Amino acid sequence: MAYKRQIDRLPIPPADAKVHNVTCHYCIVGCGYKAYTWPRNKQGTPENNAFGVNLNEQQGAMGTWVNPSMYNIVKQDGKDVHLMVVPDDDCVVNSGLGSIRGARMAENRPSEITLTQQQRLTDPMVWRNGVWQPTSWDDALDLVARVTAKILAEYGEDELLVSMFDHGGSAGGYENTWATGKLYFQSMKVKNCRIHNRPGYNSEVHSSRDMGVGELNYSYSDYEVTDTIFVVGANPMETQTNLFLNHMVPGMQNGAKFIMVDPRRTVTVNAAEEVAGKENVLHLAITPGTDMVLFNALLTHIVDNGWIDKEFIANSTFQGGEAVAEDSGQPAGLGSLDYAMETCRTSLGEAAEICGVSKDDIVKVAEWIAKPHDDGSRRKCVTAYEKGIIWGNDNYRTIGALVNISLATGNIGREGGGCCRLGGHQEGYYRPSDAHVGRPATYFDRHLIRGGGKVYHIWACDHYKTTLNAAEFKRVLKKRADMVKEAMDAAAGGTREELVDAIVAAVNAGGLFVVDMDIIHSQIGQNAHVILPACEANEMNLTSMNGERRLRLSEKYMDPYGQSKPDCLIADGIAQNMERVLNEMGNDEYADQFKGYDWETEEDAFMDGYHQGNPEVTYERLRAMGNNGVQEPVVGYENGKLIGTPRLYADGKFDRHGREDKKALFCAAQWRGYAAEGKAREAANH
Amino acid sequence: MKRCKGMVDVGRRQFLRGGAMATAGAAVAAVAPAQEAKAAPALAQIDYPSNRLANVADLKVNEPVDIEYPDADSPGVLLKLGQSVEGGVGPDGDIVAFSTLCPHKGFNMSYNGEDHTLNCPGHFSRFDVEAGGQQTWGHATSNVPQFTLRVDDKGDIYAEGCSDLIYGRMSNVL
Ligand code: SF4
Repeated sequence: MAYKRQIDRLPIPPADAKVHNVTCHYCIVGCGYKAYTWPRNKQGTPENNAFGVNLNEQQGAMGTWVNPSMYNIVKQDGKDVHLMVVPDDDCVVNSGLGSIRGARMAENRPSEITLTQQQRLTDPMVWRNGVWQPTSWDDALDLVARVTAKILAEYGEDELLVSMFDHGGSAGGYENTWATGKLYFQSMKVKNCRIHNRPGYNSEVHSSRDMGVGELNYSYSDYEVTDTIFVVGANPMETQTNLFLNHMVPGMQNGAKFIMVDPRRTVTVNAAEEVAGKENVLHLAITPGTDMVLFNALLTHIVDNGWIDKEFIANSTFQGGEAVAEDSGQPAGLGSLDYAMETCRTSLGEAAEICGVSKDDIVKVAEWIAKPHDDGSRRKCVTAYEKGIIWGNDNYRTIGALVNISLATGNIGREGGGCCRLGGHQEGYYRPSDAHVGRPATYFDRHLIRGGGKVYHIWACDHYKTTLNAAEFKRVLKKRADMVKEAMDAAAGGTREELVDAIVAAVNAGGLFVVDMDIIHSQIGQNAHVILPACEANEMNLTSMNGERRLRLSEKYMDPYGQSKPDCLIADGIAQNMERVLNEMGNDEYADQFKGYDWETEEDAFMDGYHQGNPEVTYERLRAMGNNGVQEPVVGYENGKLIGTPRLYADGKFDRHGREDKKALFCAAQWRGYAAEGKAREAANH
Repeated sequence: MKRCKGMVDVGRRQFLRGGAMATAGAAVAAVAPAQEAKAAPALAQIDYPSNRLANVADLKVNEPVDIEYPDADSPGVLLKLGQSVEGGVGPDGDIVAFSTLCPHKGFNMSYNGEDHTLNCPGHFSRFDVEAGGQQTWGHATSNVPQFTLRVDDKGDIYAEGCSDLIYGRMSNVL
């Protein structure tokens, strides 16, 4: 039976309610919302209220309305206030649309009044006498610093393992990624580290970058003016909801064809058919893992029919055969179109057989992507992909084969074009160089499982739920962490020095000392010895960019829950304690590496990091840009406005690979079957 | 007298616990002019009209009847499902009524007799009328409001309440 809220009336925000810009933190789309807050004992009236509409009247479709999920009572400056977080009609990203995630932002805030999100961490905790005891920041950070400093000073920085998120939105953002980046890549040079969703410190879309094409290169508005929307291994109606509803749907209403490559039929396909008509939608339900063959056949058909953009290829892509050779650290050669065609060439018949789709459909897709209009003008096509191929078979070459098509048809850097991943979370990456990590990066999980490392710092990652071979990872980490817990229990009642010595002895015997930063008590946190509570977006000011590189400041409208803090200020606290402890240990030179963390607010961290590389951008200027923000890279500031960049590579110069010639490279994406051991057997048994 | 005090306390605790309801009570108090408030304290709950929608004899299985409740600006649907469902009224326990304004963005939904769902033309959300208006797929952050029904001795069906906030209103009764 359905859950009934049994709420039939909501308070009305008064005309003088405070209004804050909010970027939804739940997904990469980054929809704009307005947060209204006002004192508990104040209210508006139906005629006079913050929305400026007459609430005595029934509001029409797409009108102003507050679902009870958009309401809560939270703390602001220590006082209980009403909170409403409502989709913003004036934000170009979502035009007033909410989604099942974003429209619940208010009720997903921690509240001592309505008792929402009571699982949030409120206090630092240290493992003491067999349980986690709440404690002060000073006490917890002192223990973290003493153990970490001792291990690093005696055994080196390779003994520190770090899992750190590198995303925007939520509790990420430029502030927090900068802080952890500064701590581990500048003050230290940690190389045994990984990102929240993959067991190494590396890119998910290496090939696109190696070809010179950053993976978020378009503007969402490109979907509205294109001829064809080509989506691979993604389900945007569910997972990038308002990108689909507010940009892809208008594109189809303007006449765009819609192609979906996905082994399954999804709600996205169904919705596209309803909007565009079945005759304008093509779903290729290919055999899982065979995308590369399909892309190669499409490229071959497009090249053989001359539907390529010769001028673009001549001016913007590499011409001299092979530019980068394949080797053990380079999964495919890169070079000119001709060079790539030597290995990519695939007939329609081969592709039909391997991919399990008809030749006619492959031809139709190629035509929809690239066959010029009857008047001879070129077709525009937006290409979008996500985890279906990013985490799919032979992903380097597969993504390379897809980017090949966009490059050959001149569909990058132009209105109505683009070749982009759709993304999960927003981005907020600004860190010192990670070059010392090397390539290929340490296979982190295997290193930990094999006994590597003595201290482990975890920043909002829960690998127990998500990593590869999670069961083994969990078994080993638990075992190693339990050795330290037992040592800490045995040292109970002793001095701090005795406790630190006991921990060091335990990690030298194969144990692992675990420090977990998170907003909740996570599964991996069960095996931590110190737990530090972080706060989220809107309990702090937070900047991120969305899937079209739209940078916004999502404003703080409530207090951090309990004693929790922004991650950047936690990193700041760790650094300051490291400096103090190393000084006490007489290691002044090392201590000095931890200077430069005297931040009081998240804005200080932003100014120390992102602002240094992007001097035009400040909180004040971003606040003035509101929920429409500015698309990165920011290239200037004029008449009180930041000037952005609607799409990358508009000048036909490609630089993501760092090549001097600024020419894009094609990928020699030769099919080699299922690349991972056991995949063929798995597919056969399916 | 001890018992009376206890009752008051229970009532007070419940009142404080429901955040949204508590403030809703306050909303009414302030709208009413001060003198009136003194004369007659505002009520904590909305007063719903009791509106006759149809007679049991008028309904045929799986044939939706358009209704309006609690007023003409709030469209809904009255349904006889042919099998008893939780919350259903009438001799067969199968009569239910819902708002048809989608609690996502307020588009007027149509009834799909094949799988007994309300379907939104705006953004494709779907709600199961056999499960009390449960959203089975979509973007709404509440289930579709269900009207509270009563059937009298003559078989007349009355709507007298509503389970959730109706789209486009800050108060179900305007
Ligand atoms: S589509 Fe994404 S950003 Fe927009 S409201 Fe939904 S979760 Fe938030």
